[in-house]
Amino acid sequence: MFSNFLKELKNAPFAAQLGVFIIIVYLIAAIFAPLIAPYAETEIIGDVWEEMSSKSWLGTDQIGRDLFTRLIYGARNTISIAFVTTILSFFIGICGGFMAAVIGGWIDQGMSRFVDIMMSIPILIFALMILSVLGTSTPVLIGVIAVLDSTRVYRLSRAVAMDVVVMDFVEAAKLRGENTWYLMSREVLPNTLAPLVAEFGLRFCFVFLFISSLSFLGLGIQPPTADWGSMVRENSGAITFGILTPLVPAAAIAILTIGVNLVVDWFLHKTAGIKDS
Amino acid sequence: MSTKNELEYLLKSGKVSRRDFIGRAAALGVSATMASTLFAGSASAAPKKGGRLRLGIAGGSTTESIDTATLPGFMAQQLSFGQLRNCLVEIDANGKPVPELAESWSSSADAKSWTFKLRKGVEFHNGKTMTAEDVIHSINHHRGKDSKSAAKSLVAAIDELKADDKYTVTFNLKEGSADFPFVASDYHLGIVPVGTTGKDMEKGMGTGGYILESHEPGVRAFTKRNPNYWKEGRAHFDEIETIGIEDSTARTNALKTGQIDFMNRAESKTFHLLGRLAGIEAIKTTGTKHYTIPMHSDQAPYNNVDARLALKYAIDREAVVKTILRGHGLVGNDHPIAPSNQYFNTDLPVREYDPEKAKFHMKKAGLSDHKFRLHTSDAAFGGAVDTAVLYKEHAAKAGINIEVVQEPKDGYWDNVWMKKEWTFSFWSGRPTEDWMFTIGYAEGGAWNESFFSHERFNMLMKAGRAELDDTKRRAIYYEMQEICSNEGGSVIPMYASDLAGASSKLGHDKIAANWEGDGMKIAERWWFK
Amino acid sequence: MNSILKIVAQRLALGIFTLFVISLVIFLGVEALPGDLAEAVLGRSALPETVAAFRRELRLDLPMHIRYIEWLTAFVQGDLGNSLANGREISELIGVRLANTLFLALFAASIAVPVAVGLGILAALYRETWFDKSISMVTLSTISVPEFFIGYIMIAFLAVQTNIFPSISNITWEMPFFDRLYASALPAITLTFVVMAHMMRMTRAAIVNLLMSPYIEMATLKGLPRWRVILMHAFPNALSPIINVIIINLAFLVVGVVVVEVVFVYPGLGQLLVDSVSSRDLPVVQASCLIFAATYVLLNLTADILSIVTNPRMLHPK
Repeated sequence: MFSNFLKELKNAPFAAQLGVFIIIVYLIAAIFAPLIAPYAETEIIGDVWEEMSSKSWLGTDQIGRDLFTRLIYGARNTISIAFVTTILSFFIGICGGFMAAVIGGWIDQGMSRFVDIMMSIPILIFALMILSVLGTSTPVLIGVIAVLDSTRVYRLSRAVAMDVVVMDFVEAAKLRGENTWYLMSREVLPNTLAPLVAEFGLRFCFVFLFISSLSFLGLGIQPPTADWGSMVRENSGAITFGILTPLVPAAAIAILTIGVNLVVDWFLHKTAGIKDS
Repeated sequence: MSTKNELEYLLKSGKVSRRDFIGRAAALGVSATMASTLFAGSASAAPKKGGRLRLGIAGGSTTESIDTATLPGFMAQQLSFGQLRNCLVEIDANGKPVPELAESWSSSADAKSWTFKLRKGVEFHNGKTMTAEDVIHSINHHRGKDSKSAAKSLVAAIDELKADDKYTVTFNLKEGSADFPFVASDYHLGIVPVGTTGKDMEKGMGTGGYILESHEPGVRAFTKRNPNYWKEGRAHFDEIETIGIEDSTARTNALKTGQIDFMNRAESKTFHLLGRLAGIEAIKTTGTKHYTIPMHSDQAPYNNVDARLALKYAIDREAVVKTILRGHGLVGNDHPIAPSNQYFNTDLPVREYDPEKAKFHMKKAGLSDHKFRLHTSDAAFGGAVDTAVLYKEHAAKAGINIEVVQEPKDGYWDNVWMKKEWTFSFWSGRPTEDWMFTIGYAEGGAWNESFFSHERFNMLMKAGRAELDDTKRRAIYYEMQEICSNEGGSVIPMYASDLAGASSKLGHDKIAANWEGDGMKIAERWWFK
Repeated sequence: MNSILKIVAQRLALGIFTLFVISLVIFLGVEALPGDLAEAVLGRSALPETVAAFRRELRLDLPMHIRYIEWLTAFVQGDLGNSLANGREISELIGVRLANTLFLALFAASIAVPVAVGLGILAALYRETWFDKSISMVTLSTISVPEFFIGYIMIAFLAVQTNIFPSISNITWEMPFFDRLYASALPAITLTFVVMAHMMRMTRAAIVNLLMSPYIEMATLKGLPRWRVILMHAFPNALSPIINVIIINLAFLVVGVVVVEVVFVYPGLGQLLVDSVSSRDLPVVQASCLIFAATYVLLNLTADILSIVTNPRMLHPK
């Protein structure tokens, strides 16, 4: 399995290799954070917004902590939360969307109206209400973001599945008497994978942004835990004075997003290739 | 500019002698020569009339109201108090009460009965002449069973209010209060025409220097100069646009690009950068504003004086002032009386950061392994979350374990403050010692946020209120500050300066520190050069 | 065509039902939040007796269901009521802000949609070239940055450094149309960056997905030029997911721009909604949420109808 992957990777285009490389670097940073980081996660080492120096490679943040250290620890917290949240939201969203498309009728109506209701309430307001009542521990945060985000996934997967379920081969499978789960996983999923995977690459980085917007309302990840979204928020005021500190966590998010999407593109290319052959 | 204001304030209000003043100036890094020039006072050019002033204000909300009973944020306050209405008494730039709508006042010997003589011939914006009935209506708006006023506790001391004649009003108080004229200057107690209630309040009728044209809550307000304004040499602008800008970066940018002429609440982190910009004056005033970290001192583990003391020793105040306020403030001493207050205790040494003492007291309290949950939110003050994180780091060096809990900004004052056992809070402070102690530290007080209950402290408070002898009052308030500092239930790490930015096209005299925005009176006191 | 009309009628009826459910959800949601308007407005100045007086005056002391029914009765008669916090008429409070919000959304959409779809088609056309890749990188970078931060960067470059645009959008309806456009240029550009990448990538993905279909191969084999294949054959069939993602983003432009409003001081509906939630001003929350919800329901309906129209198989189910 692993050697297969290596072989594939060797033959992959440069962009895909770069994407995999980026992800691996980030994962290493996340897993071995305490070993790599020069300081402790919340240790204050100097003045506010110090320049880059040999003491702190990327300078310091808004209360004098080492930015590089925060970035490394941020990788750990942010990536794990973003992955779990996105996978959860895709699981909920795709299951719901496919079921609606395949079964149709009242199930479809019921779920679609429910999602309409969820989606037509502004997402920040919704999050504000739920988190105010439930509190802002990390599991709650993951659950709330996943559920709110899954409505978007639901709509997309329902839409793409709708196009597929009217195809003859699905009709045929239905006539064969296949059950819903079979239809969803064997007939619909393979034929809708491309747009869904593309969406995954994007949704993944929306989680960072959502956490960042929540910290705008004071509902994000608990300090002093480092996460990139909140780091951008906390340092953002500096940009108008030409201090580039907030660009660093923003760049960290951007590079990871690009890396993930390069791999996603590679995957899309390969699935297209499979269909081709 | 900044240090100058601070020093001048202390000096002119007679709180420091000339020698003291030079000494303090030196401590603040002002050279002796410069200090002497300051001492001579700064001359200011004669104000010019005209122009359109644009204020970029934080502290507005789209649900705000300019009913004098509510005035929930700075935007509504500075509109009502700073532009549209007047009070009986005004606090001048030196922190002294001076006549406004009242021409003069006097009290009985026990300070229980206060008589205000009203100014004659003052007209409201609609042409009605201001008389005693308007004053009585305006004050009674906050009193009575059905009052929903935020100032209800303020006027609770009034037992009876009556008009002696058309231009004389007498307040009979429940007990003596030497500081009553200060109370009459509160921004809630603006005078409106008799009969104004409910929706009519939103029309902004008053006797002030500007007339309300339109007010979109939280967004903007337009006012025009009142051509009949009774106060001479005040209200110089032709018109004023007040724009609500909540985001501090947006405010700073608007000032930089010349879209506004004044901004309040500049960020301390970037204040020094603001001062370097051409055409912008960075303004710092230090008044009575302070940040507190109150605990439920009536409940375990905070009912243990040693535990409280340990927590007080476990915070590095210098570092907090340097990091959170970027030096724009002063270290606090665990009591709410500020250096600009009249009876500030100068004998009391400032508590140093001392992990050893903290460890010692915590051990004595038997709580060395306790995990203290500190509830914080930037709703308390900008930087409260960062302060909590710093505090946690400082306390860790003394072996004290603090867990920082970030609460939502929304509903912080309803659900967290005074509800959770250890929280963050802020006070704009009060001009008098009695007022400050009474609302924030008296047993059973509605805002006794640390649930402080100390027999001698409460006894002294009562004694100080009716005491007219200056020396005795000083002794009383000195002792109260000491009790509060050593035994009180609040960690008070810092006094914060008000930071603002203004276009250098604006002229002004000495800037008052009692409220932000020149005592909220920019519209009245400033002008275009 | 009759079947479409039937669907529209059905969906509109359902939409009204949706709005009703939302009003109930919002009502219960705000009730579930700790604290009420009296406490929120008085804030730290709240005394038990002033809070009680406040509640009596605003009838907040009545039981929940009575207040809801009172509100609903007035609402179906077209009376949105008054703000509890400052007694102003809600229709007056919301009207201008709604117009501002729609203005900004249309402005941003009129830039973002054509550019995104155009770039998406181009990227599909020149698939796997440097053009495709660099567009992909740029759009990925823009969506990885929080919207307020894009706003700050825009301000830093286009307002503070170069003074091309004003940094705050202090707009009124008395301003001439082009002045208003100019004043809201920066928020519109920021929003364009926020929504463009999503639409552009979906356009590209949907088209690329179709390029392997037999009928496309057929068209290619017939010797049609590549751009014609994509534009005339692939694009129309990829419309359904593209329309969907455009509608989602349009809805976002109306409903989800609170943060951009705050950064540019744009007087839109989002800020009003956040403020009224935090002061628990229920009638204002209800009115603005229902406006957002209605916008969403209508956009959704449009999306569904368009995907039916563009997919004949769905129009005539077997």
